[in-house]
Amino acid sequence: MKLRSIMYSIGQGFKSIWRNKMFSLASVATMTACIFLFGIFFSLGVNFSGMLKNVEESVAVTVFFEKGITQEQKDAIGNDIKARTEVSSYKYVSGKQAFDTVIKDFYGGNKELAESFADDNPLADSDNYQIFMNDVSSQQKLVTYLSKLQGVREVHQSEAAARTLTDFSRLISVIFGSVIIILIAVAIFLISNTITVGISVRKEEIAIMKLIGAKDSFVRAPFIVEGIVIGLSGSIIPLIILWFMYKNLIVYIASKYQFLSNLFKFVPETSVFKTLVPIALILGVGIGYIGSRFTLHRHLNV
Amino acid sequence: MIKMEHVSKTYQTGMPALSDINLHIRPGEFVFITGVSGSGKSTMIKLLLDEMKPTKGRIFVNGKNLAGITRRNIPYFRRNIGVVFQDFRLLQDRSVYDNVAFAMKVVETSNKKIKKSVPEILSMVGLAAKYRSLPKQLSGGEQQRVAIARALVNQPKILLADEPTGNLDNPNGWAIMKLLEEINEKGTTVVVVTHNLEFVEKMDKRVITIKKGQIVSDKESSEEF
Repeated sequence: MKLRSIMYSIGQGFKSIWRNKMFSLASVATMTACIFLFGIFFSLGVNFSGMLKNVEESVAVTVFFEKGITQEQKDAIGNDIKARTEVSSYKYVSGKQAFDTVIKDFYGGNKELAESFADDNPLADSDNYQIFMNDVSSQQKLVTYLSKLQGVREVHQSEAAARTLTDFSRLISVIFGSVIIILIAVAIFLISNTITVGISVRKEEIAIMKLIGAKDSFVRAPFIVEGIVIGLSGSIIPLIILWFMYKNLIVYIASKYQFLSNLFKFVPETSVFKTLVPIALILGVGIGYIGSRFTLHRHLNV
Repeated sequence: MIKMEHVSKTYQTGMPALSDINLHIRPGEFVFITGVSGSGKSTMIKLLLDEMKPTKGRIFVNGKNLAGITRRNIPYFRRNIGVVFQDFRLLQDRSVYDNVAFAMKVVETSNKKIKKSVPEILSMVGLAAKYRSLPKQLSGGEQQRVAIARALVNQPKILLADEPTGNLDNPNGWAIMKLLEEINEKGTTVVVVTHNLEFVEKMDKRVITIKKGQIVSDKESSEEF
């Protein structure tokens, strides 16, 4: 298509939006609502993932050694753990450190109460590796692997915590995905409706164009421009609203509900929008394009 | 220029519209196709524009077998045919100039050429002074002149006119017929579908009569003899 034809199609696309301003406005509004809800779900999702990650990272797998193994063998096990991709970090906890933790947890500041154990550390043979994971859903796989390593006596895991977190994460993904799919379907339907109105208004013009010898692409282009402009407007508007909302909401929650900000850290707006902006724009343009193509295919025999 | 060989068209309802049509229209001819309503005249126009395919037979236009034209190439084929309709089919929200320029824009002609050609063709149909008027501000005859200008602005080799005087009074109808005759004299092949026998009888052109989908007579003009 020549440049002047592209310009002509863009002009006609905008004219068509203006001619059917009420329908176009309704489509932009729906698209705005869809992308706005998507943005909210996305922001919640990102923050929720952050929370889950924090929780996941605090769930540890503990590896205990067989009695009498050498430090070299323990180091070799450490290297095996380090090589695993699902492992985020690991640390060696000596028997003394383990005992100190127990004393701290059970007797608090009253160290004298634990004096009866002074020279007899019951956890002397309980030195271990504490492993923290990237993804708690792979915990069982790691535990099976670790159990088979030579020199490993026992592997402790919090199976219930891992399963709960995995299931919860999956549930959130399913809800998030379903809502997005429904919203996209509604947006495509509405854009398709607007384009259908545009086609019926321009039916005569289209018939003349075809008889004169306009190429299919030339007839289609203004409607595709119309769909894309509606989709794009419907994604830019909510992004601007969401940006200010998100920014102010973090500040508001941080100042009003301090316990919440102590519980977990909000993902900063720049990190959220770095991903959200391209996704929302692509979604907007994509929905507009698909909506118009779908309608052209159905109502316009070109 | 236009050739139909054993062409038949039956609609999906089973109703036959044309049956075993054979005709040959030579370059530069002025031909009337006449017949009562429902005789198959409009079906013939649609077949010539490749808006529909014949059930049987072959159609050649400008030397091209329409059966061999792909969907992608139909627009290029149609650029060599100008069409005029009974109801003018003008864009009501655009001026006379824009209606004519529209035909050039959709075939992606340069703005420079549009600015040169549109005033020329409007002048030829006698509407140069009304280039800014909207269709509703024009008489029926003037609207049909705009439609003719739009059909001719891309310099097609063939002009198909489907009942071009159907919505006009007698003087305006005659003026349009005279304009079509002038266009033909400049070399364009003109095919006029009409049921107005007054024009047909007085203009002394080749007349093809269709009845119930069949050619019942093909009378050459007296000039041919």
